[in-house]
Amino acid sequence: MIYALLCYEFFKIGLFAVGGGLVTVPFLFDLSEKYGWFSTTELADMIAVSQSTPGPVGINMATYVGFKVAGLGGALAATLSEVLPSMIVVYLIARALAKWQNNSRLDKVLAGIRPAVLSLILFAGWGIAKETITDYKSLAVMLGLLAAMRLLKKSPIYFIAASAVIGLVLHI
Amino acid sequence: MVSLWKLYTLFFKMGLFTFGGGYAMLPILQKEAVEKQKWITEEELLNYYSIGQCTPGIIAVNAASFIGYKLRKIGGLISATLGVISPSLIIIVLVAALLRQYMDNPYVQQAFDGIRICVIALIINTVWNMWQKGVKNARGYIVFAAAAVLLWCFNLSAIAVVILAAAASLIPDWRRSKK
Repeated sequence: MIYALLCYEFFKIGLFAVGGGLVTVPFLFDLSEKYGWFSTTELADMIAVSQSTPGPVGINMATYVGFKVAGLGGALAATLSEVLPSMIVVYLIARALAKWQNNSRLDKVLAGIRPAVLSLILFAGWGIAKETITDYKSLAVMLGLLAAMRLLKKSPIYFIAASAVIGLVLHI
Repeated sequence: MVSLWKLYTLFFKMGLFTFGGGYAMLPILQKEAVEKQKWITEEELLNYYSIGQCTPGIIAVNAASFIGYKLRKIGGLISATLGVISPSLIIIVLVAALLRQYMDNPYVQQAFDGIRICVIALIINTVWNMWQKGVKNARGYIVFAAAAVLLWCFNLSAIAVVILAAAASLIPDWRRSKK
């Protein structure tokens, strides 16, 4: 039953993806390998669309993947399951806020996970890059865009729009 | 007391005007929830954010849940959270349905060939920013490198890596134990 499977997988993502935005990407990358619901190229498209439409990126990607796998019902199942763990956790924390804020062991665990999360995101990016950066031309475009991001510090949507134009003009 | 419907619609609006990750929503929350509605103080908002970014889930959703809970307990938590995710559900389903129709168009394909390259740059840029914020000591470098080895050489799943990193963070620091 595809809806139950989506609920289970996205509940897990909601539970283990700590931090914002692209942190869910490695988990989605695992899903594409495990079930073959979408290719890594399609994952790259979903990231781009999620970054350039309104709404939090992590939610947009869950909706997109759910829709891709099982239509409207899938979109609902994936999105609601992804937010359920955080609703439960926030509920528990909000009830005992003062107690948790001063819990140094918890802070340490959470800070300790962060460097590993960076590896996770890079690994997922590597999987996508293998499909999309295939020659020196695409590598040069990527490095150019990265330099522009570092220097200009604008919202991703501008760079995504620019790269669409580059794709149309250069036929990468 | 604020009604659940008002909470839902206001968070719907905030979700609609957020582009990008959870941090993009911070200034919007500040204007709407702190200054205009006076639901929470600035300090509370920053607290929610710092807790929200290190608890499971999407930061923007966590912040919405906290504010909703503060105002109307569990009902408020649910309506604020549903409000902030509703725009995504509607817009992404529309865009995905549209793209499915036009993905065969050669111009759309060329544009997406460019966009996919941009996604790689976005990912590297995100990791770069997070590295500057979060990885500051030898312990961090080791966890980063160990996770990389586990992923590239042993093909571990993302969940396994998160659990191992959490376990490793409980290992006491040798320098401190010498004191």
